[in-house]
Amino acid sequence: MKILDYACPLPSGGTARELALAFHQGRTSRVMVIPALFDEANRMRRFTVEVMRRLDIAGIDCFLPDLPGCNESLQDLAEITSVDWSDAMQAAAAQFGASHLLAIRGGGLVMPGGYPGWHYAPVKGASILRQMLRARLISSREAGREENQTQLLEVGLEDGLELGGYQLSAGMLRDLQSLVPTVSASFMIIDQEMIGSGPLWLRAEPGEDRTQADALAAVVAIGMNA
Amino acid sequence: MLRQILTDVLGLKPEQAKNFTNDTGLFGHLPELDSMAVAGLLTELEDRLDIIIDDDEVDGELLESFGALLAFAEAKQAG
Repeated sequence: MKILDYACPLPSGGTARELALAFHQGRTSRVMVIPALFDEANRMRRFTVEVMRRLDIAGIDCFLPDLPGCNESLQDLAEITSVDWSDAMQAAAAQFGASHLLAIRGGGLVMPGGYPGWHYAPVKGASILRQMLRARLISSREAGREENQTQLLEVGLEDGLELGGYQLSAGMLRDLQSLVPTVSASFMIIDQEMIGSGPLWLRAEPGEDRTQADALAAVVAIGMNA
Repeated sequence: MLRQILTDVLGLKPEQAKNFTNDTGLFGHLPELDSMAVAGLLTELEDRLDIIIDDDEVDGELLESFGALLAFAEAKQAG
């Protein structure tokens, strides 16, 4: 496992160096993994890397780039929209010479076009947003503050909004309201039934599951050799 | 169904949720069940039971115990 970086295009022009976790030996099969979004990214990180380890053993190079504003990125998330994420993933896929993509959950909402691959457990942007808004309402209520979803969104769509510790730009909120997973013949949807057991993104605490990692890696590895 | 979702959210072993009674405390009793986890739980409940939960319906009482949440989910599904 290595840490590489990629030239991530900035909204204002120019580029920033963003990091990517990589299993890289210059092999021809090359999967770029697009991580889950926000809180789910934390809960799925270990699982995601476990899947990559298995792909590496199966003779496949894989890369997990940071989304700008997330993980190790120094960019300010409050300035980022989903278009910046798509552009970043496009640039990363080109630089790493990806042959395939594996998108995890909300990662499929910012997937660059033109690559075959897999989308594990797709989710709509609106569902991610709804859940983050709901978490904020629950914690506000617990703290004795009354807020409601409509008002929060109204303010957020003007000035941006902090949800679950993530400072989301107005543009990001607008994007999340309408983003839906891409449907494409060259992209296979992997649902939880194929992987088995309980979904790890639901876990209150980040967890792991070897059997699930084996299953997802197997689907990808078999698909690449087909 | 609710036991299954709690099993998934809390990462329990399959048989552990069987021991939940109506008095088993949830939000505020289980440290790992924070607001984000509860939000996930409610959203999953909506998806699996094909119901809509209004924000107004989500209060401390609803989330306090397994029994309260179960009664709520059953009422929602029936209605």
